[in-house]
Amino acid sequence: MSTLATLVADSADLTPVLQASGVQQYQTFLSRYAGELLVLVAEHIDIIAVSMLLAIPIGITLGVLITFNETAATVVLWLAGVAMTVPSIALFGLLIPVFGIGEPPVIVSLVVYSQLPLVRNTYVGLNGVDDAVTQAGRGLGMTQVERLRQIQVPMALPVIMTGLRNAVVIIIGVAAIGAFVGAGGLGDFIFQGIRERNVPMIVVTTVVLVLLTLAFDYLFAISEQLFRLRNGEQIDQARPTRALWKILS
Amino acid sequence: MSQHAIEFENVRKSYGDTLALDGISFSVEPGTTTVLVGPSGCGKTTTMKLVNRLEDPTDGTVKFEGQDVQEVDKIDLRRSIGYVIQDIGLFDHMTVAENVATVPRLLDWDEERIDERVDELLELMDLPPAQYREDYPRELSGGQRQRVGVARALAADPDVMLMDEPFGALDPITRDNLQDEFLEIQEQINTTILFVTHDIDEALKMGDKIAIYDVGEVVQYDTPENILENPATEFVEDFIGQNRGLKKLQVLEVGHIMSTDGRIVGQSWADVRSTGSVPAEVATDESGTPAHVAADQSTETALSKLVESDGSKLPVVENGSVVGTVSVDQINDASSEPKEIVYE
Repeated sequence: MSTLATLVADSADLTPVLQASGVQQYQTFLSRYAGELLVLVAEHIDIIAVSMLLAIPIGITLGVLITFNETAATVVLWLAGVAMTVPSIALFGLLIPVFGIGEPPVIVSLVVYSQLPLVRNTYVGLNGVDDAVTQAGRGLGMTQVERLRQIQVPMALPVIMTGLRNAVVIIIGVAAIGAFVGAGGLGDFIFQGIRERNVPMIVVTTVVLVLLTLAFDYLFAISEQLFRLRNGEQIDQARPTRALWKILS
Repeated sequence: MSQHAIEFENVRKSYGDTLALDGISFSVEPGTTTVLVGPSGCGKTTTMKLVNRLEDPTDGTVKFEGQDVQEVDKIDLRRSIGYVIQDIGLFDHMTVAENVATVPRLLDWDEERIDERVDELLELMDLPPAQYREDYPRELSGGQRQRVGVARALAADPDVMLMDEPFGALDPITRDNLQDEFLEIQEQINTTILFVTHDIDEALKMGDKIAIYDVGEVVQYDTPENILENPATEFVEDFIGQNRGLKKLQVLEVGHIMSTDGRIVGQSWADVRSTGSVPAEVATDESGTPAHVAADQSTETALSKLVESDGSKLPVVENGSVVGTVSVDQINDASSEPKEIVYE
């Protein structure tokens, strides 16, 4: 498999494509590739969704478990932090011998990358629950599990939601690089665009990727606000939050 | 002979090298309010937490309804004891009704029974269910929140309630109102109450019995009247503070010092007023109508009414008839003379 640099060098003879006028190029690209672009968006969302479905239970469980032991908390949070510093390309490379190429190594990597925000926010959220509330729960005869399920987790949900939001934003970007090992998604067009010196392909795909990220970010921001309102916090509400809250309450 | 609701037998509690409780022993009678009072860090809250096993004693025995609490399952024990704390600790993500229903839900009551119980308690706490059931705690005032806290503690009809400075975070007026209401409620529910406060006035007002704490020790355990009459140590005297005479008037009921002879005693109060046969010495209020007190009101109230009027005697009225009279001299005697007051 060739590196990125040789890919760019190999495609040097495709320069004529770049000579057509700007707007026309974009029109040509969209008319030829719009359908394929949509498929790639769907693929991308699919990879993110599968990764998050795996990452959320793991991250929240870890976050809950480490509230019982401070040493475990330090170790787990440190490991999650270290995992995040490993470059994605290197991580894919390390996982290919185990999971082969295509989606599996990418999904596993995305799960790993989303652990720091998920675990940390779960841990911080649970510890941030007002002491009086957990004290009252204990005094009224709730078991530790009942306190977690009925009080701590619901009250920590907005903070956990923020973690989820951070995780999604991070992995949408990382998933694009996954195309390099054959996972598909919007990364496909970015790599193809680089190979073929197709600037409109790179630009449009990047814009779509950014819009996708912003859409997810906004969606999670709204749900975070809804959870905060549910917990009785006073916050500045975005317009959709206000509308949804009215419908829900 | 009734069984003690709670007994402390030579209980010691230490945290590492720090001794929090140094051998306390006393017992709480069913249906009474016992107040643990003392400066902060004296061990009063620790004592309370030993009852529902939020803490376990280092030494000695705590008994709940005759049974050593160490032999009872912690969770079952806590569900059978009401618990109210200063910070209330309402669950903000649940409605008022859901908060109150916490313990019944843990005990797996059926929904219909829970609903009825919630309505009954909200009614008792002066929070009409139709209006407040579905509210969230954030929509309530401090006083209302604490009422919900008390309702939540009473939900499974516990025999014993533990209240840790329940009114401590409220403004003085709300606190005073809630204290009065709570005294009334307690007469209806007949629950044994263990009440922690650092405020001696609250202790004198709420307590049938008061345990005064100095660092890790109970220095006096007695009725409010006897504590005011005979402070056991200098510490107790200091803790009660100034105006002991006035404080005595607050805890002493008119019925205990009134004189039961006199011309109008035994007559109906309505008759006395309407026939105009009110003796000249009877006190009147601002508008000139004859004043009176109830037998279970404090002598402080009686004194206030006497001072405001020019009469020298105040009729004591119970169930519509005059049962005695009280004068400034009698109040004066009661507050100054050491006298053992025996309660039934």
